[in-house]
Amino acid sequence: MSIAATQKRGFGSFLWDYLTTVDHKKIAHLYLFGGGFFFLLGGLEAMFIRIQLIKPENDFLSAGLYNEMITMHGTTMIFLAAMPLLLGLMNAVMPLQIGARDVAFPFLNSLGFWLFMFGGILLNCSWFLGGAPDAGWTSYAPLSIQSPGHGVDFYVLGLQISGAGTLIGGINFLVTVVTMRAPGMTYMRMPLFTWATFITSVLILFAFPALTVGLFLLMFDRMFGSAFFDVALGGNSIIWQHLFWIFGHPEVYILILPAFGLFSDIFSTFSRKRLFGYTAMVFATMLIAFLGFMVWAHHMFTVGLGPVANSIFAIATMAIAVPTGIKIFNWLATMWGGSIEINSAMLWSLGFIPTFTIGGMTGVMLGSSVADYQYHDTYFVVAHFHYVIVGGTVFGILAGLHYWWPKMFGRILNEMMGKISFWIFFIGFHLTFFVQHFLGLMGMPRRYWVFLEDQGLDMGNLVSTIGAFFMAVGVIVFLINIIYTAVKGEKPGDDPWGGRTLEWATASPPVYYNFKQLPLVRGLDPLWIEKTEGKGKMTPAEPVGDIHMPNSSILPFMMGLGFFIAGIGFIFQVDHSAWLIAVYAGMATAIGSMLIRSLKDDHGYHIHKEELEREAD
Amino acid sequence: MKGWMGKFKSLFLLTSLAIILAGCGRENLTALVPKGYGAESSMNLIILSTIVMTFVLVIVIIVYVIALIRFRRKKGQENFIPKQVEGNKTLETVWTVIPIILVLILAVPTVAATFDLADDTNASEHINIDITGNQYWWHFDYANEEIQTSQDIYIPTGEKVYLNMLSSDVIHSFWVPSISGKMDVNPENVNTMYIEAYEEGVYWGKCAEFCGPSHSLMDFKVIAVSPEEYEQWVGDMQSVDPEAEPQDAVAQDGKAAFEENSCMGCHAIGSSPAAVGPNLTNFGDRSKIAGFLDPTKENLVDWLMDPEAIKPGNKMTGNYPDLSEEEANSIAEYLLQLQPSEITPESAGN
Ligand code: HEC
Ligand SMILES: [Cu+2]
Ligand SMILES: [Cu+2]
Repeated sequence: MSIAATQKRGFGSFLWDYLTTVDHKKIAHLYLFGGGFFFLLGGLEAMFIRIQLIKPENDFLSAGLYNEMITMHGTTMIFLAAMPLLLGLMNAVMPLQIGARDVAFPFLNSLGFWLFMFGGILLNCSWFLGGAPDAGWTSYAPLSIQSPGHGVDFYVLGLQISGAGTLIGGINFLVTVVTMRAPGMTYMRMPLFTWATFITSVLILFAFPALTVGLFLLMFDRMFGSAFFDVALGGNSIIWQHLFWIFGHPEVYILILPAFGLFSDIFSTFSRKRLFGYTAMVFATMLIAFLGFMVWAHHMFTVGLGPVANSIFAIATMAIAVPTGIKIFNWLATMWGGSIEINSAMLWSLGFIPTFTIGGMTGVMLGSSVADYQYHDTYFVVAHFHYVIVGGTVFGILAGLHYWWPKMFGRILNEMMGKISFWIFFIGFHLTFFVQHFLGLMGMPRRYWVFLEDQGLDMGNLVSTIGAFFMAVGVIVFLINIIYTAVKGEKPGDDPWGGRTLEWATASPPVYYNFKQLPLVRGLDPLWIEKTEGKGKMTPAEPVGDIHMPNSSILPFMMGLGFFIAGIGFIFQVDHSAWLIAVYAGMATAIGSMLIRSLKDDHGYHIHKEELEREAD
Repeated sequence: MKGWMGKFKSLFLLTSLAIILAGCGRENLTALVPKGYGAESSMNLIILSTIVMTFVLVIVIIVYVIALIRFRRKKGQENFIPKQVEGNKTLETVWTVIPIILVLILAVPTVAATFDLADDTNASEHINIDITGNQYWWHFDYANEEIQTSQDIYIPTGEKVYLNMLSSDVIHSFWVPSISGKMDVNPENVNTMYIEAYEEGVYWGKCAEFCGPSHSLMDFKVIAVSPEEYEQWVGDMQSVDPEAEPQDAVAQDGKAAFEENSCMGCHAIGSSPAAVGPNLTNFGDRSKIAGFLDPTKENLVDWLMDPEAIKPGNKMTGNYPDLSEEEANSIAEYLLQLQPSEITPESAGN
């Protein structure tokens, strides 16, 4: 395994290797590690929340700390766990699936990661520097403006920096798919996961700027005395809600579409059958993405936008059920008539179907505006979005990890433990969240630090907390599985699942240049075609030749570090102008690194033909 | 339409009643037992959408289970390669068109109800109450009747009551699940909604929009009484004499202490519209103290001695002189005697 090999070279050079890498596969490792770390952190916060709510009027957490917990749980899970983990999988797999040697902009890829990582660290520094943000992950003005201390400032700058990273990552993937496909890999031959990556990147490109703008306005209101959201001075706080949800609704599709993509690949592989209705699946994905921009105000039915707006947004929201339904039925039809193999990766995918269908079902119910007057801001909504985000995205990430682990690390995750962790987590999940639908309707609003005695909410909350502990155990079993696999895992070879797509035509883990010769793609599921109709392996599309590779660079790390330092400076310069030094020093580091990058020519290097031929022996 | 909806509704109500009897959900709090116009409208749509979506869910689950049982790879099939199907036009059309129809079935009544609940053309012919949401309490101003009150809002049953809501600080949301769905209380614009309670009762209200540390304690009550009782309440409230001296000595001391300790700066007694803190005109009739504590003297003394321990982040803490136990006690005595009306939460069957 590569990690073991590098460890012999010493930890220092291993670390340096990862700090400077521009290889999409190693950046994937970084994303998975970073996202995984924040996932555990967010999970810990979730446990604190559930312990607080184990019984009525509990005093395990104070009101202030509880509000910090819910804010950080939501922010961490969405921005610092789910999205980076998906970006990690995309990085690991998408270039392989299109038969590319790397992404279009390897340097930007690394920059995207480091911005995310430093943004995430900055946000979490708030715990030690005077208190975390406490205005909810949605940070509605005026509450977020009024919030004392620096918590919300950390939210603003942490998200601004990590958001920039995500935006850069999105643009990079977009260009990669457009320009780097192997010969013969037309758009309509791309695997669904690649399609999902592509469309998700479009969503990122159009959705994140709205968040960026919102965060800037909030930053100026909090730090520099502007009054965009200050009603007393003529501002308007509803604008924040619009900006946030114009970003926020597409964001949920940014989270779910990649999962849809990888489930499509997994269902097809483990049913040994071509994806049913490929074209419909592609267009359904596009339609979901498009409609995703038309429905943001369904988060605002109770704001008082009036019946016309509420009706339009209600109908648009319900309409999304149609393409989503198409997808569900196409997956079922893919399995129908297939030869279904049930292993851990497939279990997570199979668990997804009923779970996500329930989440989609409550989604349509929420879309009915007048019904939403009851659901809105209650535990019904909490239940709904955990059904789609955990049942869709987290199940998806876990399915993807089990599926691609052998490709990424050369070792296969233990099946036994995989199944155990699935069942514990799956049962725990439904225990935790199913009752919450009823808690909401029985009169429990969300973000309640305590619920009162004698309101009929005790039982449901207790069940929910018990479920949360099951989920925690499921995650722990998965962690043990990772460690066990790293030490003792089997090495299953390059193509353990009978893969259909190009990533399974590379070595496990792939060599750093991925393909010695770019493959010639003859149709959808190119490897499957060669297995059933051809020679069993990909035909090269080019003779062995020199391969151009990018150089590693520490500059992306330095830029991230620079923005981190400047971020700290911005936050504390409000208290004392001496902190402006940090702003200047940080910006100097970041901009200096950009200057170096712009002015110094870096042409990369070539792996020569002879070397490649030698390596083959 | 109404016919089968009605049947399903009674079925659904019966089931939810069963759930409630089983100990889940508290009457006059839960949205599952609607007792007002808005809540009923929402409930109709909740039931309709649940039925429609359960239908879809059941189909998905059936296909899913059959597929898993029939097509799971069995022993001896290790090398079996199934037929590679590209798709099927008819099937794909079916599962596109049917969801469209289902969505339409849901969309039409949704739009109708949305416009119905937003209708405020006849607002001026009904009772209008101006509501102010504050961190973490509610103020009610019956502008036409010239009555000010807080925390407990009195309405007559069987009548539309229009609520014009504005926030004095951050966004709140006015929610009385058993009577009506919620509406946000924004700082920049007045939102109007109407409520109508079918039966007498004391209904729990909650703030549903995250508004700070004591968001979860920003409860209030809607006290629905018969129209006659309501009239009487209005009359009683209008004829309150805020200067009236209490009968016993302790309460008289309390009144003096109330005046000396700058309580008046924030709390009005009588119909003064000043409202930095809750109006206390009928405090002795309140169903709860500070929205959620039982109205006992001990609780009130606790509140006066240390409100922060009860409602973190509230705007009373630290803004009045420290009270001695004795002062707090006499003030409590005085405040609990402020009972200007015969009509109390008990009249609503509390
Ligand atoms: C700075 C203004 C302010 C001052 C001064 C003040 N209060 Fe308050 N008071 C409030 C506010 C605001 C609330 C509502 C707290 C909440 O529920 O969040 C409140 C709540 C109360 C309540 C509960 C009301 C209800 O309807 O349940 C009582 C009783 C009360 N105050 C009594 C007093 C007394 C007695 C004094 C003088 C010793 C006093 N207050 C001084 C602002 C003030
Ligand atoms: Cu949305
Ligand atoms: Cu609130």
